[in-house]
Amino acid sequence: MTAYTAAVAASPSPSRSPAPAPAPTPSPSPSKFASPRITQQFAQIALWSATALTIAILLFVIAFVMRRGLGSISWSFLAGSPRKSGAEGGIFPTIVSTLYVTIAAVAVATPLGLGAAIYLAEYTSEGWVSGIIRRGTESLAGIPSIIFGLFGFAFFVTTLGLGWSVLSGGLTLGAMILPTVIRTAEEALRAVPREYRHVARSLGATRWDAIRTVVLPVAAPGIMTGIVLGIARAVSETAAVIFTAGVALRIPTSLFDSARTMSVHFYTLTMEGISDSQAYGTAAVLVVTILLMNVVAYTLMHRFTRNLR
Amino acid sequence: MSKRLPDRVAARILLGAASSAIAILALITVFIFREGLPVIIDRGPLSFIAGMRWAPSQGEYGLLPMIAGSAVVTAGALLLGLPLGIACAITLAEMAPPRARTVLKPTIELLAGIPSVVYGFIGMEVLVPFIRENPAFGGAGYSALAASVILAVMVLPTIVGISIDAIEAVPHSFREGSRALGATQWQTIAGVVLPAARSGIVAGVILGIGRAVGETMAVIMVAGNSVRMPHSLLDPVRTLTANIALEMGYASGAHAQALFATGIVLFIISLALNELAGRARRRRRVTQTVPEPTLTTAETRAELLGGDNAPPLGREHFA
Repeated sequence: MTAYTAAVAASPSPSRSPAPAPAPTPSPSPSKFASPRITQQFAQIALWSATALTIAILLFVIAFVMRRGLGSISWSFLAGSPRKSGAEGGIFPTIVSTLYVTIAAVAVATPLGLGAAIYLAEYTSEGWVSGIIRRGTESLAGIPSIIFGLFGFAFFVTTLGLGWSVLSGGLTLGAMILPTVIRTAEEALRAVPREYRHVARSLGATRWDAIRTVVLPVAAPGIMTGIVLGIARAVSETAAVIFTAGVALRIPTSLFDSARTMSVHFYTLTMEGISDSQAYGTAAVLVVTILLMNVVAYTLMHRFTRNLR
Repeated sequence: MSKRLPDRVAARILLGAASSAIAILALITVFIFREGLPVIIDRGPLSFIAGMRWAPSQGEYGLLPMIAGSAVVTAGALLLGLPLGIACAITLAEMAPPRARTVLKPTIELLAGIPSVVYGFIGMEVLVPFIRENPAFGGAGYSALAASVILAVMVLPTIVGISIDAIEAVPHSFREGSRALGATQWQTIAGVVLPAARSGIVAGVILGIGRAVGETMAVIMVAGNSVRMPHSLLDPVRTLTANIALEMGYASGAHAQALFATGIVLFIISLALNELAGRARRRRRVTQTVPEPTLTTAETRAELLGGDNAPPLGREHFA
């Protein structure tokens, strides 16, 4: 099979090769038992069933949460205050908390991530500096969220004395979603054709002016995609916020107040067996939020690629 | 000069922003090690990592059961998720019509966006009772098996996404050459495309492993979390991540340090997996350059280069 691979890889396919073909291979098939036609059909069926199974799992996850959860959602559930530690009433404080913590995370990750992306895509050529930055970003992306939780607890909560708060949670999540923002923004910037910059520079713009007035506006939808995906990650995160933002079930009134996000609330409801119907309702709100975020991200990306075509 | 100045200022500021990821990585390293290293040094690295007993109330911190737990659930997740994920990637990259692919690919990516607590909850509500009540499995239901199944679903998007990219990066000429020799589509995929995309797929699989090892909430909710060496897939297990998350809420003193030390082990595993994935990905760029043709005359060479620059045949030629 490897020899066959090498033979194909070496064959210059697009042109008419003048070299006489070697002895024709009767059957390059790795199988001794079935004809190529049958293995082809078998493979097709197997591969498509695997894909169908994957899609089915996804649909099941969404349908399961929706069917059990949508019934619990009402105006009083969304806008009401929880009673009996969340066993009754609404989840309004957790929605507000999620919003605050996420806004804090985005406020941290967007300027840093966008700045890093502009530097990598526009201000530097591939060298050791960009190599180290890229390695570091990749490594950061692979670190488990529970480690971010530990770090946030040791650094923001304890060492900086911010306590369990919106700010600690937001800073921790900001660090966590930073690689997503950097990577997507850099790709978006690199997708903007070189000519745009050349024209701007030829009209006398400085490099920074060209980026600010020409490149960034074109790349904006692509950059937004990364931010929206970052928001989705922040909203769905539990392990990193539970040890940094805390679990207080009330509306935070300042950056230094403890806050319980929807994910943490949902986790508490299920693990402490407080209320199944409340848990399903919260899960449905979470999943709908994430679905919306993904649709927004996808639409932005679609618009971006279409604009460039 | 006044025109150049803002440019240089901007470059400085942007370099600062670009260093932020490194700075955060450094801060994480410093703080995790500062909190966790004392207990490792105190107990000796070997007895910490290879110790069989974890009893914080008696001051015993042995991590081996948790390391075994993480290994078992990750292996299980891979066993289930890998064939499914690669099959999915092959179908979407090689077989699906373009329109189906534009719908299905983001749909599978959506699986990655669903909160891990939701996966854990579905595991608790559906999978755990199923395992408990099914005579073929039995036990409490909260088990390494349940965690493996949930993790398999959670690593699918990682494996599928990166494998699709790797498969699509294989030059069209490879497929054309294979089909021209009379190979069927499947023979082309198995004999040519997959071997050429191998390092990219390996990178995806390693990142999937990283995701499985690092997953916390979903695992806590279905794995049972008892500290002992697993002997079967139906035994409850506790992973490294679960160990941290379960006890962090009330730990103090040496106990808290031992949890940070657990974090050190997890941190090192994650960095190592990331480095491996990065290497596999970089290797892919090398192997996928189109090999130098072996033709001799200048004329055919020029013709060949022209051929290479021409737009590659579309997928529809193979449908």
